Amino acid sequence: MSFLKRIVLDVLKPHQPSILEFANSIADQHENCRVQITVAEVDEKTETTVIVIEGEQIPYEQITEVITSLGGSIHSIDEVEVVNLPPTEN
Amino acid sequence: MFSELKFLFKLASASDIARRYFVTNGFDGALTMLGLVIGFYSSSQAPNGVILAACLGAAIALTVSGLVSAYISESAERKKELSELEQALVKNMDDSAHAKAAKLVPIFVAAVNGLSPLIISLIIISPMGLSLSGYELPIPPLQFSIIIAFITLFALGIFIGKISGQFWLWSGFRTLLIAVITAAIILLIDNIITFPAINH
Repeated sequence: MSFLKRIVLDVLKPHQPSILEFANSIADQHENCRVQITVAEVDEKTETTVIVIEGEQIPYEQITEVITSLGGSIHSIDEVEVVNLPPTEN
Repeated sequence: MFSELKFLFKLASASDIARRYFVTNGFDGALTMLGLVIGFYSSSQAPNGVILAACLGAAIALTVSGLVSAYISESAERKKELSELEQALVKNMDDSAHAKAAKLVPIFVAAVNGLSPLIISLIIISPMGLSLSGYELPIPPLQFSIIIAFITLFALGIFIGKISGQFWLWSGFRTLLIAVITAAIILLIDNIITFPAINH
């Protein structure tokens, strides 16, 4: 079974909510999730950000829903790291 | 639920707008009531029941006007902002927090804008209501209402001072001065013009 461990997204977002609130909302989706947001460009009403999310099993669908609900628009997936772990024996 | 509302209000800077509306329309309400009670005091013809009915009528009109005008203007403003944001992001934002805020914030702001003059007006005319209900007041109800109107306007000035970071006492005295000037103008006009009594 493969799991998403790291993903880098190029996201265009409004100025509000701030990147701190954005990062908190994304991090709330998964325990032990590490989120790093860098503002790459600032325009009159929007800002282009690079969002790096790291974790053991990143729930991609949930994260895209949160980004969309906060007004963000995912422009591209710039990097991914996926691992295929062997099934655990009980 | 509460935290979501808090987030949406923060997203739309709703508390700043609501505070502005509270002061603006609250001041309108207080000054309108002061004008009415000073006018009745100057004419010294109308019974308390008539004064209370007239003041209540004005307070309700101010409330409805506050509710409707704020809702219409805020709603239009929010729709425009949302549409500009949609253009900048090149996407539909119907499912976003911004769209929710654009629907909820005008309702909240309209409630503040409508209720602030109503509450302030009710406080000002409360002595007349109490007097009509049979309560004994230390001073005549009309004069009592005038004093409360001055105190309310002074308190609004203090509130404005606290927001702007000015010295609260100076800010309070400034709004009190506006109230005194308004009362003086009304008394002056009432003394110059003699209004004939209307028979129904």
